[in-house]
Amino acid sequence: MSIAQKHGTSVIVISFIMALMLTVMPLPEWAEELRPLWVVIVLIYWSMALPQRVSVGVGWSMGLLLDVVNDAVLGQHALALALIAFLTNNLHQRLRIFPQSQQVIVIFVFCVIYSLIILWIKGITGTAPSVWLIIMPSFTTALVWPLAFIILRHARRFYRVN
Amino acid sequence: MVLDHRFHAIDTFRSALSIVVDPIRYVVNLPSDAIDWASGSFVSHSTLEDKNHTLKTQNQLLRAKLQKYASLKAENANLRGLLKSAKRHDDKLERVLVTEILSVDLDPFRRKFVINKGTSHDVYIGQPIIGAQGVMGKVVHVGPLSSTALVITDASHSLPVQINRNGVRAIAVGVPKNNQLELIHQPNNVDIMVDDLLVTSGLGCIFPDGYPVGRVIDIQTNPSLPFAKIIVQPTAQLDRDREALLVWPTFGGNKQSDCKGPQEEETGRR
Repeated sequence: MSIAQKHGTSVIVISFIMALMLTVMPLPEWAEELRPLWVVIVLIYWSMALPQRVSVGVGWSMGLLLDVVNDAVLGQHALALALIAFLTNNLHQRLRIFPQSQQVIVIFVFCVIYSLIILWIKGITGTAPSVWLIIMPSFTTALVWPLAFIILRHARRFYRVN
Repeated sequence: MVLDHRFHAIDTFRSALSIVVDPIRYVVNLPSDAIDWASGSFVSHSTLEDKNHTLKTQNQLLRAKLQKYASLKAENANLRGLLKSAKRHDDKLERVLVTEILSVDLDPFRRKFVINKGTSHDVYIGQPIIGAQGVMGKVVHVGPLSSTALVITDASHSLPVQINRNGVRAIAVGVPKNNQLELIHQPNNVDIMVDDLLVTSGLGCIFPDGYPVGRVIDIQTNPSLPFAKIIVQPTAQLDRDREALLVWPTFGGNKQSDCKGPQEEETGRR
């Protein structure tokens, strides 16, 4: 409840910028469809660790930036990320005490929800790929999650973000 | 989302956001720029000499061809004058600008790329982009310092083309899966052969006419189907080129706003 509570905003901002950069980093063609959903990982982590600071609003604005970076229809990632932030905020107390393996499963389910919203919007705008192709990144995201979780938690503790 | 997709009502908002996003794109582009720079700087003297030599020869050859072109142009104008037909106003070449393609990955299910020129260089939405070998695509979103372009092989892109050999007009729609194009709505007995060169027809008032698009590589005629299936391989190296040309087209000496034609490219395929 004091000024000390807002500590380390720059760490959160930098982590989101890194996620955006990883999202547009060029990859070989076979790996493009397996690219983990970096912004989703970072958003889930922060809205789980600091639900009072990172929530639907941040998710929405990151989604808008992701739309511009990815050149998608403005609002599709915003909607999906806002929903993910909302879900994580609601479940953050349970997520924190889950063992790693159970966390991975929840993250996978969140990613599938996210991908299906994207697929739904792509379907409406007439550029839908196949369901399996769009769900592939969820698998890689779930695989990357434990490592990303450790790195982000280390960063949070090191810079005392709270 | 409807505002964006249907009416382009928030394009200004998008280009404002792209100011925030541009640094990210440029930073991501840095490593490949650095590699380019390094491979340009650390080259042996003999390699440079060789390259210089080949480029000189190539320049000589192109100049020789250009001489022939000048005389052909004069001859063509003469013949047209004899036939009392309208002159083609292609004396004034289109204004072009070299642009770099940023090595940034966009949506893996769309064919798009980012270029490092924007509204500050007079880039506008719908502007054609040409590679060294042929048409590459057109601009779909502009920001102040970068723009996004749609490649001709994207599923939502259609391009009015013409067979160079006999002038048959067609519409080439993108087939993103193999980075190819398909000519749609052509009857089974149409006079198109394998290896025919396709050039832009200039209809639709977006692409200037006469630029090469691709070569026909496969024709399947099935009497049970209403149309032939004609596959075209684009001549432009869509996934390899690092540089492209932005073109400000002139349509028969007119500005684009004066050009009245069927807006074929505007209708995306559903």
